[in-house]
Amino acid sequence: MKRQLPLMLVFLLGAFMIIQYFVPAQASLDAYEFILDWMIIIGIFAMALGIWSLMRVSWHKIKRRSHDWQYAALTLAGLFIMVLFGFEPIGGGLKSYLWLQFYEFVMVPVLATIFSLLAFFMASAAYRAFRARSLLAAVLLGSAMVLMFRVLPLGPLSDPINELAGWILVVPNLAAKRAILIGVGLGMVATSLKVILGIERSYLGRD
Amino acid sequence: MTFHERMITLDRRWIFLTLAVFVIIPFFLEFDIPVTVSKEVRDIYDFIEGLEAGDYILVGIDYDPNAMAELHPMSYAIIKQCFAKKLKVITLTLSQYGAGMAEQVVRDVADSTRIYHGFEPVYGEDYVFLGYRPYYAFVILGMGRDFRIPFPQDYYGTDLDSLPMMRGIRNYDQVECVIDMNGGTVADAWVSYGNGRYNVKLAFGLTGVMAADFYPFYQSGQIFGLMGGMKGAAEYEQLVDKPGPAKEAMKMQVFAHIVIIVFIGMANIGFFLGRRSRTKAGEVL
Amino acid sequence: MRKLALICVVMVLAFLPPPLLGEVDSALLQDSVTVDLPEPPAPPGNVTATDNPNDNGRAIRVTWELSADDTTGMKNVIGYRINRAEARDAADSLWTEASDILPSGTTEFIHSGDGEEDGPDYFAKNYDFYYRVHALTADTFSVSAVVGPVQAKDNWYNTGVTFVLLFVALFIILTVTFVRIARKGKELYIRPLAGIEAVDEAIGRATEMGKPTLYILGLGSAADIATIASFAILSRVAKKVAEYQTPLLVPCYEPFVMTVAQDTVRAAYMDAGRPDDYDEDSVYFVTSSQFAYVAGVMGTMIREKPATNFYLGMFHAESLLLAETGAMIGSIQIAGTDQIAQLPFFVVACDYTLIGEELYAASVYLSREPVLLGTIKAQDWAKAVVVGTILAGLLARLLVDLDFIKTVFEVSV
Repeated sequence: MKRQLPLMLVFLLGAFMIIQYFVPAQASLDAYEFILDWMIIIGIFAMALGIWSLMRVSWHKIKRRSHDWQYAALTLAGLFIMVLFGFEPIGGGLKSYLWLQFYEFVMVPVLATIFSLLAFFMASAAYRAFRARSLLAAVLLGSAMVLMFRVLPLGPLSDPINELAGWILVVPNLAAKRAILIGVGLGMVATSLKVILGIERSYLGRD
Repeated sequence: MTFHERMITLDRRWIFLTLAVFVIIPFFLEFDIPVTVSKEVRDIYDFIEGLEAGDYILVGIDYDPNAMAELHPMSYAIIKQCFAKKLKVITLTLSQYGAGMAEQVVRDVADSTRIYHGFEPVYGEDYVFLGYRPYYAFVILGMGRDFRIPFPQDYYGTDLDSLPMMRGIRNYDQVECVIDMNGGTVADAWVSYGNGRYNVKLAFGLTGVMAADFYPFYQSGQIFGLMGGMKGAAEYEQLVDKPGPAKEAMKMQVFAHIVIIVFIGMANIGFFLGRRSRTKAGEVL
Repeated sequence: MRKLALICVVMVLAFLPPPLLGEVDSALLQDSVTVDLPEPPAPPGNVTATDNPNDNGRAIRVTWELSADDTTGMKNVIGYRINRAEARDAADSLWTEASDILPSGTTEFIHSGDGEEDGPDYFAKNYDFYYRVHALTADTFSVSAVVGPVQAKDNWYNTGVTFVLLFVALFIILTVTFVRIARKGKELYIRPLAGIEAVDEAIGRATEMGKPTLYILGLGSAADIATIASFAILSRVAKKVAEYQTPLLVPCYEPFVMTVAQDTVRAAYMDAGRPDDYDEDSVYFVTSSQFAYVAGVMGTMIREKPATNFYLGMFHAESLLLAETGAMIGSIQIAGTDQIAQLPFFVVACDYTLIGEELYAASVYLSREPVLLGTIKAQDWAKAVVVGTILAGLLARLLVDLDFIKTVFEVSV
């Protein structure tokens, strides 16, 4: 029973959402919005569970003095400090001086730094990946080179390279992408059907 | 280890170091990278130039701080152009960590317009900042009915109806176009809900990694313009005649590309030398 | 005195905008003075107003024929404006503006409303409305005949998506058929996937090294299909991990995903007969900020040095950051995503990559349950139908220049 009820709910709601797509009437739209509202409400409750999980895992690490427990302490400190500063009666809210200082001079540069690591990782990945081991790998290397040369100021060569790069992006690249997308689309339908029909139920947990 | 083996098994830390050095060097060099403006960038510029003073435009600053290097110059250049044309600018952010940053952009540009153009944009009359709301898809859908559904008040807590420029502005129907700078999934939602459902005239400023994914939408006319990465930003700066951080950063981008091309070339030379010497030694490949 | 009054009237009239001008009694003007009023354009002809199809009963479609002075005749029509009223013979003041000025050359307008009651764009249920169309020149206008009554109807089926309905039906039929065939015990062949066959080996290696297995569900929400597919794979992976008795780490980006993942892993440990080995701290929430999450997971990788990393689900810019870090610490890496832009990054940095739909099929491969194999077979046949249709469309276009296939597949939401 513990497993049949959720399966039934999944089937009913899934079937409803499929039918809803074909019915433009106002009642159908209202029902759709009602379900979306529920998604938001459940999402908010889940956030509380998430924060609780983060606190519990970090606390366990500190208590057990497990390997590198200091990072867990720092995580908790960060969490509490930002909440405290952002809390109106104590820290003065999201526009308070301290909160903004931490936001602007700690969070913003740290996030930007992590993202910019991507450039370095791309360089090392490109160095390892683009080798003309076979004919197909050589084609890949060639097109990568054309696209990279597009950024360089090459005087009279710029225009033909731009044109070639545009062609690579719009013709072979797009064709391959669309082929994958069609597969993805069908896979999505198949997966949704598996879930709605109750064929795939591993996500449900156990009785 | 032979020389060519070394060429193909270079420790990645050497690549990191070389790249870092060559990104820093251009900071200290004075030179200019010529920028040719592409059609998809010019389309945005021309559209805004074609608007009349007093027309409304919605600018989305929908990115987290991590994408600011590429997208900030676009936001600055676009809002600058809007103020110079005396358009009414509605700004907002749909990015969780973007509110503080987006407010900064809007205030900065308003200040600089005051200094450079002699035109003094007044908050509430010439521009508003609506702030941040979570669940971007619902916000985009909600604004299609009325801005007041997701944003009953602006970022500073003022009722929208108390702001002179928002009186009589209900939804996308009164806005000439939406220019959205973003570095994540918000772009998909703008295409599906903004353009798909409400026929919003839409253009994007995107990070370099994302831009290639959105060319099909440009081709199909679902978006009327597209700025991709640092290059797109530099092109726009060139159009509004205000070379800024993107133009400056193009120098580093060019250097970084050359470094990567050199490393790839080196790896391939090493690979071929190795293959030749193995073939000579009679190894079967 | 009479003269003064007339001058006043003329002056007031001169400053009135054209629509208001229309409401002044024109008989008064004609009888009293001869003012050179501009000649109005020919009115728009053949006006129709019908319910806009396939909607929620909040729109009326108005069409008309261009005024004879739009592109021909005086050629001075600058645009059209639509008016709506609740009675055919309503006084001018009761006609409300249904549209802004539509540019000349326009012959259709969909008057769509909002939910705001009593507003000019509100469509009450079962209520009659009347429409008329103005042709405007720079200084005057003409009005068409009034059409109506017309009601905005709630539609219960969207004819614009019939093709989608047919395809969904076909897909359901295929799925049910193949699931039945599979239930009857018929062997269904599906091609092997290298990435999936490596799963056992990868977890085995983690066991030998005494290192944990790291499983990342990506940035998707629990409603994203990629994440749902990933839950199914996680369930199989967790069962194997439980059997091999190696630790499992599942850092989550979304709290909701975390709760589902916790249930999935707990159930897998029970299936493996080792419920006591399940560690509540193994599936945990990190943060919902993309790059803070990356930083957190990269830190975990460098500290815990997992022997095997799975990246299955929806990924964005963090794909290469995570996969390169994994490659740096020497983990075996199996990735899979439906985000096309991230596939190249995974292909470069991981040992095995599941491309697009392979991600959805992976859980079936891992379970080898015949019923689930049936769904993959159905998917293959549906794909054959799509490929066949694309080829047919291409041939029709190339050989006989037929566009009909395109129109059959057109979908309007």
